[in-house]
Amino acid sequence: MIPAAFDYVRAGSADEAISLISQHGDDAKFLAGGHSLLPLMKLRLAQPTVLVDIGRVTDLSYINDAGDHVAIGALTRHMDVENSDVLREHAPLLAHAASHVGDPQVRHRGTIGGSIAHADPASDMPATTLALGATYVVQGANGSREIPAGDFYLGFLTSSLAPDEMLTEIRVPKMNGARWSFQKFTRRAQDWATVGVAAWSGNSGSGVGLVNMASVPVLATSVSNALAGGASIDEAAEQANAETDPQSDINASVDYRKHLAKVLVKRALTEAAG
Amino acid sequence: MEISVTVNGVTHTGDVEPRTLLVQYIREHVGLTGTNIGCDTSSCGACSLHLNGEAVKSCTILAVQADGQEVTTIEGMASADGTLHPMQQAFQDNHGLQCGYCTPGMVMAATSLLKENPDPTEQDVRIGLEGNLCRCTGYHNIVQSVLAAAGGAQ
Repeated sequence: MIPAAFDYVRAGSADEAISLISQHGDDAKFLAGGHSLLPLMKLRLAQPTVLVDIGRVTDLSYINDAGDHVAIGALTRHMDVENSDVLREHAPLLAHAASHVGDPQVRHRGTIGGSIAHADPASDMPATTLALGATYVVQGANGSREIPAGDFYLGFLTSSLAPDEMLTEIRVPKMNGARWSFQKFTRRAQDWATVGVAAWSGNSGSGVGLVNMASVPVLATSVSNALAGGASIDEAAEQANAETDPQSDINASVDYRKHLAKVLVKRALTEAAG
Repeated sequence: MEISVTVNGVTHTGDVEPRTLLVQYIREHVGLTGTNIGCDTSSCGACSLHLNGEAVKSCTILAVQADGQEVTTIEGMASADGTLHPMQQAFQDNHGLQCGYCTPGMVMAATSLLKENPDPTEQDVRIGLEGNLCRCTGYHNIVQSVLAAAGGAQ
C-alpha cells in the first residue's frame, strides 16, 4: 500500500517547522516517527499534500528532571521513555506504559509527542499522561502556551492543537513514591488495548486513566472521588464507567468493554495498593 | 527528491518519490529482495531491518526519512566470505525456520534484541519478538535459536 502523493520538506528546528506548516496551510501535517500518520496515509484515510518532517529536530528529544516534574521533549521515542532512569525514578508508571506501546520496532521510531498529538483514545500515552496530570507545551507562530492534558483531547483523533501549532514538551508531575499499576488487555501481544488502565495512588490522591473507553482518553474521576471518600477498592471500581462512552468494534462490544474497565480498574487499584 | 542511503556499507544515491516506502526502496531501487513485505501494516515484522543499528519496520518508514542514514538488511548479516552471522547460524542449527518467509525479519529483530539485552530469558525473547509473526507458528524453535545465539555470544 502506497500513500497518495505529497510534497516533503524537512525542518531543522521547531521554529522552522512551525514556519513551514504555516506556509503550507491546512493540508500540511507534521511527520515525527510516522507510526500513527503513515499507516493512515497508506490506507488513504489521511492524504496530506505536504509533510513537514520534524524527525531530525533532535533538540526536542530529551528527558530532564525539572524539580517538581519531568520534562520530556515531544520527539523522545517510546524506547527512550521506557529506558529513562529519570522516569523510572520519578514517573515509573509512564516509563512502564511506554514499554507496552506496540512492539520494539515501533518503539524505536514512534515518539511520545506524536502519540499524544495524534490523540487516539486507544493509545497508551494519552491516557497515561492524563492520569498523571501532565501538562503539554505547544509552540505556534505567536509563542508557546501550556495545555493541561485534561483540556487537550476534544474528540476522536482531535485535540486543541491549532493547525499551525506543534507539541514541543510533555511535563509530567513527579509521582513522589505513589504506587501505580498499568493494565492492558489485548487480543494479540502487540495490539492496541481493547481496554487499558493507567492508575496511581499516593498521599496526594489518585489518578485513573482509561484507554479505549470513549472517543477521547478518559480520566475516571468518579473512581478517584470514591477512593477519596473512603470507598473500598471494590466499591471504587464499580464507578469505572461513570465517565466512559465506549464503542463496539470487532474486538469487543460496549458491554464487554464496560465489564473489562471495571475488572481492570479493580486489578490496577489492588496492585497499586499492594 | 535525491537521497543517499548507506545499505550494508554501500552508499546508494538516487531520486525517489517522497511517498516511496523504505521497504520498496530497498527491494526495488537497491535491488535487495531479502527484506520481505508481509502484512504491509506494521503488524507482522517481515520487513524488519536495521536503521542505524536498531530494528525497525521498513513498511512504515519513508525512504526519504532514511536519507543520510545507515541501513542493514539480511543480506548484510553474513561475512563477505559467506560465513553466516551467529544468529543466522543459530536459526539453521535449531531449525528456527519452516517456510522461511518471516526469517529475515526475525533475524533482524533478534539481533537488535540481543544488542539491547545480551542475556535474555526465554520470556524476554518472546516479548522482544512480539512484533514478528511466524505464520507457520514455529515460535518454539525461533525462541530456542535466539537463546542459543545469546549463549554463543557470551
